[in-house]
Amino acid sequence: MDFRLNDEQEMLRQMVADFADQVLAPEVMKRDREGSFPHAEIAHAGELGLLGMIVPEEWGGSGLDTVSYAVALMEIARVCPSSAVTLSVSNSVCAYPIWRFGNKEQKERYLRPLASGKIIGGFCLTEPQAGSDATNQKTRAVRQGDHYVLNGTKVWVTNAHVGKVFIVIAVTDPQAARGGISAFIVTPDMPGFSFSIKEEKMGLRASCTSSVVLDDCQVPVANLLGKEGDGMRIPLNALDGGRIGIAAQSVGIATGAYEEAVKYARERTAFGKPIAQHQAIAFQIADCATEIDAARLLTLRAASRRDEDHDGVGPEAAMAKLYASEMCNRVAYKAVQIHGGYGYSRDYPVERFYRDARVTSLYEGTSEVQRIVISRAVLAG
Amino acid sequence: MKIVVCVKQVPDSDAALAVNADRTWIVDSGINFELNPYDRYALEEALRIKEAGEGEVVAVSLGPARAAQVLKTCLATGADRAIHLKDEAFQGGDPWANAQALAAAIRTVEPDLVLCGFQANDDTLAQTPVLLAEMLGMPHATGAMKIEKTDTGVRVARELEADRREVVDLPLPAVITVQTGINEPRYASIKGIMAAKRKEMKTPGPADLGIDPSQVGAAGSRLRFFDLAVPPKKEGGEVLTGSTEEIAVALVKRIRENTGVL
Ligand SMILES: Cc1cc2nc3c(=O)[nH]c(=O)nc-3n(C[C@H](O)[C@H](O)[C@H](O)COP(=O)(O)OP(=O)(O)OC[C@H]3O[C@@H](n4cnc5c(N)ncnc54)[C@H](O)[C@@H]3O)c2cc1C
Ligand SMILES: Cc1cc2nc3c(=O)[nH]c(=O)nc-3n(C[C@H](O)[C@H](O)[C@H](O)COP(=O)(O)OP(=O)(O)OC[C@H]3O[C@@H](n4cnc5c(N)ncnc54)[C@H](O)[C@@H]3O)c2cc1C
Repeated sequence: MDFRLNDEQEMLRQMVADFADQVLAPEVMKRDREGSFPHAEIAHAGELGLLGMIVPEEWGGSGLDTVSYAVALMEIARVCPSSAVTLSVSNSVCAYPIWRFGNKEQKERYLRPLASGKIIGGFCLTEPQAGSDATNQKTRAVRQGDHYVLNGTKVWVTNAHVGKVFIVIAVTDPQAARGGISAFIVTPDMPGFSFSIKEEKMGLRASCTSSVVLDDCQVPVANLLGKEGDGMRIPLNALDGGRIGIAAQSVGIATGAYEEAVKYARERTAFGKPIAQHQAIAFQIADCATEIDAARLLTLRAASRRDEDHDGVGPEAAMAKLYASEMCNRVAYKAVQIHGGYGYSRDYPVERFYRDARVTSLYEGTSEVQRIVISRAVLAG
Repeated sequence: MKIVVCVKQVPDSDAALAVNADRTWIVDSGINFELNPYDRYALEEALRIKEAGEGEVVAVSLGPARAAQVLKTCLATGADRAIHLKDEAFQGGDPWANAQALAAAIRTVEPDLVLCGFQANDDTLAQTPVLLAEMLGMPHATGAMKIEKTDTGVRVARELEADRREVVDLPLPAVITVQTGINEPRYASIKGIMAAKRKEMKTPGPADLGIDPSQVGAAGSRLRFFDLAVPPKKEGGEVLTGSTEEIAVALVKRIRENTGVL
């Protein structure tokens, strides 16, 4: 057991940290305030290989292991959590399933531009009535000749408006319970596809989220991903990787908030000494440092397990995601507390980290859903 | 064009530095190191010159084992191969001794151009490249803000004071030191990082380069640090008290007396 990153992983971490500090950081507050998407910065990330991290080089990707992928997302999220979710979604629940389950033509057409960073993509599973209860899908896909015709509404689609490829989950056979669900590769230029207006979110304001409306949307039969009726296999497998991405994002957010808190605690004086020297503050910092480290290790372990077995990581990924997301909310809370009243001001980064942290225990499966996954695995044994 | 880039590993700009016990250097354990920021611009310039035509970029560094990290960064960013002068005999040298060792390593490459950073962020001596040029018998130009190829060599715009530039023509091979701001250094791409481990990194010792060990490293140095100290903290400024009007009057008086601005 070796808890150190290898030379390449460390060099990658350093490069991504520099990129985050020098390219993502300068306008991060402005983007949050204006709700503007970092187009140029994400394009730059694509050139560096950050949009095809876990896709092999033969398809234009960077061919990284999942551990490197998690380390990279932590560094991005430490500075810009919005960019982290944009990259996480495009990598893990769009590019990855096309690589795992797509055929050659689909990979050539959709995976190569995604993995080489020319475009970003998204994933449409959630519906108004199907969140945690994801199998309760209402979107219908009916085959008509060489097309499927899709009808339904997908909500909370990350990378809506800015993405060029989406994995859409829909029901092909309503009689066949779980088996009747299929996955499609859909592009916004297909007839009948439209985005709704952008959601006004509490945090992650520089990421773009909206509903997708499928109104007799014409999807070529060639764009069926995997087989008809493959069911929840594709989305659930993609979500295992996605959860490692969100766990990494959570570790990054917590680290960013924590670093601000440590800096502030050293500078701010009260009762004649830096507040860091009051034990009540020092102990909060100790707890944050310990919890961040625990979450980092859980996340890297899940990542390393996925490198060994791309199908068997469910419970480990759920544990990492559950712990890291709840940890990051605790750390962000303490970081604001350590800032006193200033932590409540938009002029301080912890205020943004606090809002950005909130969603991590909600999306890609709420904490309750992670506990269902974990307890089922534990109790099955 | 075959281009050598000399790169140095220096303490991270925000590392907390302490003077060592014999007051001869900083405590270099427990701090982070980075590629000298000036050298990033030199590397970028070398890569751009190479990409505009063809050729090879060779990164050379003198430093202990940990300095391999900056050479790996150069390889990941696009350098083709690296030479690491990590033999114990090379360590602890002054600019003269370091230039001796670097010159010997650079001769084995037979470059058309040698690029260095304008100065190193740790001791800011800015001497090594100029000494190196003399030892290699090459012309040199310092503080380059622009480097262009000409029919006979290179044309270099040097940074002078007050936004002025001096333009000089040099025949090749030549040594040029690069000023920050000449370009925008790229980041290593992930593919570059993955490719770096497959690239060559040589570690010749004094015998391989045909140098007398007494001419390099600490033994070959003419310059020694013998008393390094942290500058004393500046005394705290004066706090004016009283009503706003009193403070304003006192402030104007001081500005008048101490600066002559008013
Ligand atoms: C910013 C953002 C981005 C998103 N991006 C995407 C995306 O790109 N693609 C996508 O498909 N979806 C996306 N989502 C949707 C997200 O995954 C869902 O919001 C999430 O799965 C929860 O579903 P829900 O909102 O319908 O909540 P519900 O499922 O209605 O849950 C409400 C509450 O009930 C609890 N609950 C539900 N069932 C149980 C149970 N069996 N036992 C105990 N408690 C239960 C939940 O934990 C939660 O606390 C995004 C959401 C947000 C906020
Ligand atoms: C780290 C650093 C920071 C600096 N910061 C600033 C700054 O903030 N602002 C600023 O304005 N400048 C700055 N300078 C520039 C500095 O002021 C000049 O380096 C200095 O004036 C010497 O000029 P030079 O380097 O061109 O040396 P030269 O003029 O080339 O002199 C080199 C030596 O040659 C000899 N020499 C030269 N001419 C003659 C002569 N006619 N007769 C006899 N001997 C001669 C002298 O011994 C002289 O010491 C900085 C330089 C350095 C290295």
